[in-house]
Parts: sequence; C-alpha cells; structure tokens
Amino acid sequence: MLALDIRNLKKTYKNGVEALRGVSLQVERGDFFALLGPNGAGKSTLIGIISSLVNPTSGQVTICGHDLNANRAEAMASIGLVPQELNFNQFERPLDIISHQAGYYGIPRKLALERAEYYLRQLALWDKHDKPSRTLSGGMKRRLMIARAMVNKPELLILDEPTAGVDIEIRRSMWAFLNEINAQGTTVILTTHYLEEAENMCRNVAIIDHGNIVENTDIKTLLGKLDVETFVLDLCHPIEQIPQSEGIQFYLRDATTLEASLPKERSLNTLFAALAEHRVEVLSMRNKSNRLEELFMRLVDNGQGKRETAE
Amino acid sequence: MNHAYVNWIGYRTLMRKELTRILRIWGQTIVPPAITMSLYFIIFGNLIGRRIGDMGGFDYMQFIVPGLVMMAVIQNSYGNMVSSFFGAKFGRHIEELLISPLPNWVILLGYLSGAVTRGLMVGVVVTIVALFFTEIQVHNWLVTLSVVILTAIVFGLAGMVNAIFAQKFDDIAIIPTFVLTPLTYLGGVFYSVSLLPSVWQTVSAVNPILYMVNAFRYGMLGVSDVPLLTSYLIIVGFIIFLGGICLWLLHKGFGLRS
Repeated sequence: MLALDIRNLKKTYKNGVEALRGVSLQVERGDFFALLGPNGAGKSTLIGIISSLVNPTSGQVTICGHDLNANRAEAMASIGLVPQELNFNQFERPLDIISHQAGYYGIPRKLALERAEYYLRQLALWDKHDKPSRTLSGGMKRRLMIARAMVNKPELLILDEPTAGVDIEIRRSMWAFLNEINAQGTTVILTTHYLEEAENMCRNVAIIDHGNIVENTDIKTLLGKLDVETFVLDLCHPIEQIPQSEGIQFYLRDATTLEASLPKERSLNTLFAALAEHRVEVLSMRNKSNRLEELFMRLVDNGQGKRETAE
Repeated sequence: MNHAYVNWIGYRTLMRKELTRILRIWGQTIVPPAITMSLYFIIFGNLIGRRIGDMGGFDYMQFIVPGLVMMAVIQNSYGNMVSSFFGAKFGRHIEELLISPLPNWVILLGYLSGAVTRGLMVGVVVTIVALFFTEIQVHNWLVTLSVVILTAIVFGLAGMVNAIFAQKFDDIAIIPTFVLTPLTYLGGVFYSVSLLPSVWQTVSAVNPILYMVNAFRYGMLGVSDVPLLTSYLIIVGFIIFLGGICLWLLHKGFGLRS
C-alpha cells in the first residue's frame, strides 16, 4: 500500500511561475525516501501541497489512502511535517508547543502531555521543556520541530531539510532517531542538500528539477548508473611525473596529491597495480565527491539555465 | 476518525492557548484598558461630568459607564483577534493549525472565543473600576449580557478579517486608529445622540457602534436612543456577514496558503 500517491500534480503561481509541471510520484509505506533537487526545483511547493499549505492548480494527492481533497482531515491526520523554516511560537515553551499541536489532532490533554514529554526526552530536549523556545539553540529548535511533527504518531513523516545548518553531532542523533522511527514503521520523506545523508539513509530517491521528476528509482540502481568514480590519493612521497595506465586517468593536484578516475567495471586492484608499477606509495585515499552528488550534478542542469525561484 | 471529538479537543486546545496568551501578557492585555478607562472616569466623568449635569435622566458618570465598558469590549475583542491571529501568521505558527485536521470553522471559533474572552475580561475590569466612581445598576441582565457578548463576537470577527488581509504590523494598526476609534467616539459613548442637530443624528444612524452602545446602555440603565430590536438586527446581521467573510477567506486560504 502506498503512503503517498501523487498524480499529475501541477502548480502555477499567480506570478506565472510554473513550480510543478505534472509531477507523479508514489512512495511505498515504510519507505525512507529522498526527494532531491536544486533550489527552486519545486521541492518545497510539492511538500507544501502535500501538507495543504499550498493549493495545487490541478492533480491528485492521496495520503495513506485518503484523498487530500475529499478526506482532508483523515489525510492530514496521517502526516507530520518538519518544515524548512522555523514555524513555532518563539514565546511559548516547548512543552506547550508540542501539547498544543497534539490537541489540534484531537489528542486529549493528559495523553498530549505524556506524548510531549516522551518525544522531548527522545530528542534530548526535556531539560528545556519549560524554557521559552526562543532561548533554544538552532539544533534544539530543529529537534523541537521533529518532536512536534511526531506527536500525532504520523504514518508519513515529511522533513524539509531538517539537518540544514546543524552540527554533525546533532545531525547524527537526528539520523539515529529517524532510522529508529522508520524501523518502527513510519514512512519518511526527506529533502536534503546533504547528498551523503540521502545516500546513507534512504532506500529510494526522486530527483526533481524545473518542476519535473527527472529520476525516480532506488538508491542502488541510481548509483549503478555511475560509470566512472574519482578517488583522491594522498601520497607518501612527492612525485613529479604522472603515472600512465590504460583506462585510468590521473591528474596531479600537487606533488603529494593525485586524483585517479577509473571506470566502474575496473577493480581498485588495477589502480594499485598501476601505482605500484610506477613506485607510487599511497598513504590514504578517499572519494573525490559523494557518488550521489556526481549523479545529481549530471541529472540536473546545475543552474546553467535561469532557474525560476518558486520555493 | 471521530470528527466531532477531534474538533472538540482542537477547539479546547485553541481556547486554552488563547487564554494562556492573554494571561501571560496581562500587562498588555488587561492593565492598559483599566488605566485608560480610569482616566476617562476621572476626566470626563468626575471633572467635566460635574459641570454637565444629568443626561438621559442619569448623572453623567452613570450615563457614560455603559459606553466606556462597551468601548473597552470593542477595542479589546478586536485587538486580541488581530494581534493574536496576525502574530501567528507573521511568525508562521498559524501553519500548525493549517496542517492539522481541524476545519476552518473550528480555527475561527477558537480564535473568536479568545477574542470574546478578552473583551469580556476587560469589560469586567472596567466595570469594577467604574464601581470606584459611581453606583452601577443593571436594568435587564439578559439584554446586558447578550449585547456585550454579541458585540465582542462582531469585533472579534472584524479583527480576523483585518488580520487575514494584513501584510505587516502597520496594517493591523490602521483600522483601529482610523476607523474603530472615531466610530466608537461618535457612537454615543459620551453623549446622547438626541443632543445632536438633526443632520448629525441622521449621520450617526449609519454608525453601527451607536446601536451596540445604546443597546448595552438600555440593558444597564433602561434608556436608549435607538430601538432595541434594530440594535439586535444590526448586531446579528454583522455577525452573519463578517462570519461568512471570515470562513470564505479561510476556505480560499487568502494570505495564508499559496
């Protein structure tokens, strides 16, 4: 059964900008799904329509079997949203923010307070529950929005760049939390600019560009399309001449840093054999860029054309 | 999903949230009207009123009490709605409600209940302040309470329309300053319209606040410049008209949804 079923969704804003040009997208229940795209591609518009903050021009959205138009209340009760921008009352306390949100979903006061405490503890915010939320740090505010989105126990959780500007420690704790709730059955849709985040966490991915879905597949299949991979090698000793080997392209960045690009079908042993032949000793190596990032850059136009900023 | 239950819990939550807000910022919501009205009582009622003598068969201080209570109710029910709803819109936390399963009428009712509550709270405070200056009588409790509640509803709804259209904080100050205050001052708060020349009596007849103030004055003192039935019809008419506009604007998502 589908957690999200979008058919031919179009959105044209009053200023004439076509943010979505007939998007169709299906997300299975239990999936951890990445929605990727450059700024202005239509991600936030798509999420806005799913969460009923943006009115679509045409098309159909079904959330957990509930049509957004015909059964709005049921559809909205099925989702939790973590928006890109902070959107809670900065003068309220975290406990109030979350318990009020629970109330809007018909959760009685006593249970709302219990759930608020549970999720504040889960996201390491309980010691701030009665402080004005404006005094929280940036990472805490983001976690507060995740706790708020979880309070109605949504079947589908949508996060719009939840880890933007968050330090790595908090980011990792967020990842752990999201993996945990996904393992418990919550479908997660994530938009992010950190492509390693999508690669590490998500099973399926859709890439949106100029209001169209340009790729929609599982991460493994997508990465399978990568035909050349580039590695950065830190050398033990400086070299002057670039090694030569059939099928491998070398580029000397500086005397002790070498880049090597080799086709996907060739093993790394080939690379090391070539290096050994030229008596090049390698201290360490790493991918030049995230693999998904390389594909992403190929699939979208990388901002070459003038991008309409609809988001 | 039990819609009625969800709506009821949602309404109670909104009501609690609004009440918490009113009480949290009591220095902005309750105290200022008490001070302003005390000044009105001292200056107009006590100092100037002594020289005016009777009005409508009552001493001047007694005559202006219903008008000042009503003025406080009008300003505060309007002010609560416009500041609370626009604040939620400006801070984007209105999205908490827009993405919830609650229908628009529950959202409207929740905010409206907050506006009416503050209007009545301030009305009670002003009445208590008035007790320090004069005796207060209630001619008809039913009329007094129904008119004050219905008037608070009218101005709560008007505040919602203002808040929905407002784009910046200036926009929520324009209507109270340039429309509400003049209409209230010219709505028979401080005088009986029978004192005005006939031309100005005719002009005053198109001011809806005149009917509300006079209906409330009838409830307290038993005197009114206008027929009570006309006042009720006008008040209820405004509630239907403004309520319809609010629901239509919320349905369209005007200023709230893209």
